[in-house]
Amino acid sequence: MTATIRRLMLIADVRRTRLALAALFGVLTILFGVGLMGTAGYLISRAAEHPAVLSLTAAIVGVRFFGLARPIARYLERLSSHDVALRSLGRARAQVYEAVEPLAPAQLEDTRRGDLLARFVGDVDSLQNMYLRGLEPPLVALIAGTASVVVAAIFLPAVGLFLALGLLLGGIAVPLAASSISRRTSGGFADARGALSAELVETLAGSAELAAFGVERDRIRLVRRTDSRLVRASRRAALADGLGDGLRLLVTGLTVAGVLAVSVQAHSDGRLDGVLIALLALLALAAFEAIQPLTESLRELHATVAAGTRVLELTDRTPRIVDPARPLSAPVAPFVVELEDVRARYAPGERPALDGFSLRLEPGKRVVLLGPSGAGKTTVVRLLLRFLDPERGRIMMAGEDLRCYRQEDVRRLITVAGQDAHLFSASIRDNLLIGKPGATDDDLARALHSARILDWTLNLPDGLDTLVGEEGRELSGGQRQRIALARALLTGAPVLVLDEPTAHLDPPTAKRLVQDVFSAARGRTVLLITHRPEGVDLADEVVVLRERR
Amino acid sequence: MRIVDQRLVRRARPVRHLLVLDSLLGALSAVLVLVQAVLIAKIVVSAFSGSSLTDVSTELVLLALAFAARGVLTWGFEVAGRRAASTVLSELRLELVETRLRGQPLALDGAEAGEIAATAVQGVDGLEAYFARYLPQVVLAIVVPVAVLGLVLVIDPISAGVMLLTLPLVPVFMWLIGRYTEERTRERWLALRLLSTHFLDVVRGLPTLRAFNRGRAQAEVLDRIGDQYRKTTMGTLRVAFLSGAVLELAATLGVALVAVTAGVRLVDGGLGFQAALTVLVLAPELYLPLRQLAAQFHASADGLAVAERMLELLDEPVSVSGGKLVAPSPRDVPVRFESVSFAYPSRPGLVLDGLDFELHADETVALIGPSGSGKTTVASLLLRFVDPVHGRVSVGGIDLAHCRADLWREQLAWVPQKPTIFHGTIADNIRLGDPGATVRAVRDAAVLAGADRFIQALPFGYETFVGDGGRPLSAGESRRIALARAFVRNAPLVILDEPTADLDRTSAGVVAEAVERLRTGRMVLLIAHRPELVEHADRVVLLEDGKGRTQVRDEVA
Repeated sequence: MTATIRRLMLIADVRRTRLALAALFGVLTILFGVGLMGTAGYLISRAAEHPAVLSLTAAIVGVRFFGLARPIARYLERLSSHDVALRSLGRARAQVYEAVEPLAPAQLEDTRRGDLLARFVGDVDSLQNMYLRGLEPPLVALIAGTASVVVAAIFLPAVGLFLALGLLLGGIAVPLAASSISRRTSGGFADARGALSAELVETLAGSAELAAFGVERDRIRLVRRTDSRLVRASRRAALADGLGDGLRLLVTGLTVAGVLAVSVQAHSDGRLDGVLIALLALLALAAFEAIQPLTESLRELHATVAAGTRVLELTDRTPRIVDPARPLSAPVAPFVVELEDVRARYAPGERPALDGFSLRLEPGKRVVLLGPSGAGKTTVVRLLLRFLDPERGRIMMAGEDLRCYRQEDVRRLITVAGQDAHLFSASIRDNLLIGKPGATDDDLARALHSARILDWTLNLPDGLDTLVGEEGRELSGGQRQRIALARALLTGAPVLVLDEPTAHLDPPTAKRLVQDVFSAARGRTVLLITHRPEGVDLADEVVVLRERR
Repeated sequence: MRIVDQRLVRRARPVRHLLVLDSLLGALSAVLVLVQAVLIAKIVVSAFSGSSLTDVSTELVLLALAFAARGVLTWGFEVAGRRAASTVLSELRLELVETRLRGQPLALDGAEAGEIAATAVQGVDGLEAYFARYLPQVVLAIVVPVAVLGLVLVIDPISAGVMLLTLPLVPVFMWLIGRYTEERTRERWLALRLLSTHFLDVVRGLPTLRAFNRGRAQAEVLDRIGDQYRKTTMGTLRVAFLSGAVLELAATLGVALVAVTAGVRLVDGGLGFQAALTVLVLAPELYLPLRQLAAQFHASADGLAVAERMLELLDEPVSVSGGKLVAPSPRDVPVRFESVSFAYPSRPGLVLDGLDFELHADETVALIGPSGSGKTTVASLLLRFVDPVHGRVSVGGIDLAHCRADLWREQLAWVPQKPTIFHGTIADNIRLGDPGATVRAVRDAAVLAGADRFIQALPFGYETFVGDGGRPLSAGESRRIALARAFVRNAPLVILDEPTADLDRTSAGVVAEAVERLRTGRMVLLIAHRPELVEHADRVVLLEDGKGRTQVRDEVA
């Protein structure tokens, strides 16, 4: 676990001085509290001896100082630790991103299923709690606790020993015990949660069918059953969670009583000045503030480590696709792109996604690749963009193996649009600029015109600045495809691959789109990949990919 | 933002007894705190004036017992509070499911369903803190300071006066929390969510970014946005944390003032040692419940934002009205759309604008039209997921809006464009059409739907687990399962929504044959754009500009 934490700290990297500063303020907050109660106890005890008021001045100043300094220390501690958390969040995001970027898409494939990607993002986000809630409290407790023990020991070593025992018991044994009980119950809790989540998603996404088939009541009963499993699990978890707090109070009581007993005995023996009894008792009581958050922070640490382990599992993957040591310089169009007897597999042991496939793309020709779903059409796209390397056979560009070029050059020369093209939750302009950063509005207008969507865009109230929504949800399927097409055209790449651009479109719309694509891409090599007949008649060549058994 | 949200408190009504118990446990524990203070002071003072350990042993044991009892009470507080919270949250979730299923059955898309489920399951953690700790703490924040002040007033009225002097800081804190912190916390929560969504968007779009050689540039963008966010957030936090600081100041200043004034009066002999010490130990307890209230409030701030979202979902208007009449069977009477207009509340403009057409028994009517022309809305109206804004859908002359939706839907079978495959076996999934169907009936339906062959080829056949976490099904396979549901239901009216869309030729052929078998002897509404299906229709209605135009088949083919 410590190794994982150390690695996660590198990912959520923050300068040590900032961490030290936040911890320092944390320690000061506790110690000022201890100081306040200790000096106040001393002040009252000393005053009970009816000395001259002047002799109390030091204690009075101390009480005032601690009283004013503690809120300030607390305020600064909260600010600096939140600053650390936010910084580490930003760093974690950027670093994790840099680590997974070369893996996309082939080596991140398994995270795209379901909502795993969202969970991954949540996991990265939760790393911000590692320091704030997981690591700072134990560190602060250790320093502030030790300091309190040392001060107590200076007055009376036995009290220091007693306090140390109490703090260790309450700060280490109790959190560990509570967490081991919690973890025994939290497994069932997490399972119940997962089951209920899955069932709710299914119910909400399938509500129309459930209602249409009149099984609402059965469904509600089912959800209720799963829900009550979660309720039971959460009640069991509460039993364990409450135990930690309860035990800590018990330990606090025993320690304070012990400290008092030892002090009283020492006073009767004449080893301790009477005015120090109150000081020691109140100091001990206040010192327990340091260990109060430890049960919670251990729980938080476990959760963060679990999340962090999942993140590390991804960032530890070595990119399979790398640039050659001595890359060839990029060829100049026109050139031929060719797949020669290619076999490709996504993971060892899986059946090949494509086997013995050959395809020749002559410059300026329009080729349609036709085949049913599951025949490996998307694999062809991946191979051409070098998101995947063939296991056998070669992919040639201008007579040289694709692996001899830099990835960046390959993707500059071969570009893609189609069903998987992602539209970012930003404006139309921002989405287009991904194709050509720094393009002028005229460039954008030309590309939109070629994709036959310029007039529609200009008629929007916000024009190019119209927001497309998450995954382009504010646009219709056809509009999304056209924007993606315009983006691909903007790159000026001589080879254009279109992956199922007509999926989810009705036939007339699909047909028009294909026509527009072909006319817009005149002069370039076009590979249109589809399972539908629209546009086949417009191609120079049709290649059929058979379903593989 | 108020200190207590009435709508949420109303939700807690069924577990009122638990919350009362919780407050009682808290109050009892506060009494023990008072006892502790008195005991500590007594022990110290006795020792000070020369008592030995044996003289104070009773007090020491009592002190340890008081702490132990507080430990038990704290445990009970947590257990009772969480029990109450989990019950309330569970009720909220079930109410949400019930509202969606009965009142707004129009399905949500996967992402939205996922978001709501996440809100209702994981998102309610903060809400748990609200019910389990914050609400009982509101009671404690009133009861405990009053009790402490009362006791101090008896022991030493002057100290009570000093404490009262610091109390005006508390309303200042309340004002800060009410006016500032809450709003800012909410803003921060929204900003944080936005940032998280942005990161998710970028990670989702990674393949696209890489395809355009923009992958690496995004790292800088992420870094920059994160830093910007941090700066603005820290700006708001500097103010937001002030409320905590003010409260803390009230507490430490109170303690310091009590200590100093009591000390000075002790010297003068105006106050006893034990009284002074008791008051000193009590002083922090005056402010502790208030400080805890503030902490719990912050802890449940996220929960309140979640609650807002849940209540908003529950408050969404119901899309179908209830009716009492029993609709006649479409086996005997025609179904008519009579100048039906419809608009979705969330979107501007009419989807349907005076649509007229009818369906007769034993007749297949194909509904065609471009994407977005409202074809699926017609299906939703027929299924009574929504009611018309103007006009009516009638069955044998009776307005469907006056009929009971559940009984009417028993007459229908529906094959949606993207059927939901539920977690369970294939047989379970087919049985959705008729929960009482025998193994035999399920199999027959699958045969008719053209699904039997692929099901038999699976290792576990009809007992194969599908849906979330089970074996994935292709679009064609899901469509055939949905057709099998329609066959096993054996309803007089069947709605088919683009049954062959997005299927490759082979699958489309199998599905088309199944559709042909299904339509015999039934009233069928076929939403389609593929010519091979429209060919079999008795009539074709072209949907355009929200209006229908009936055509003869030859015009289309």
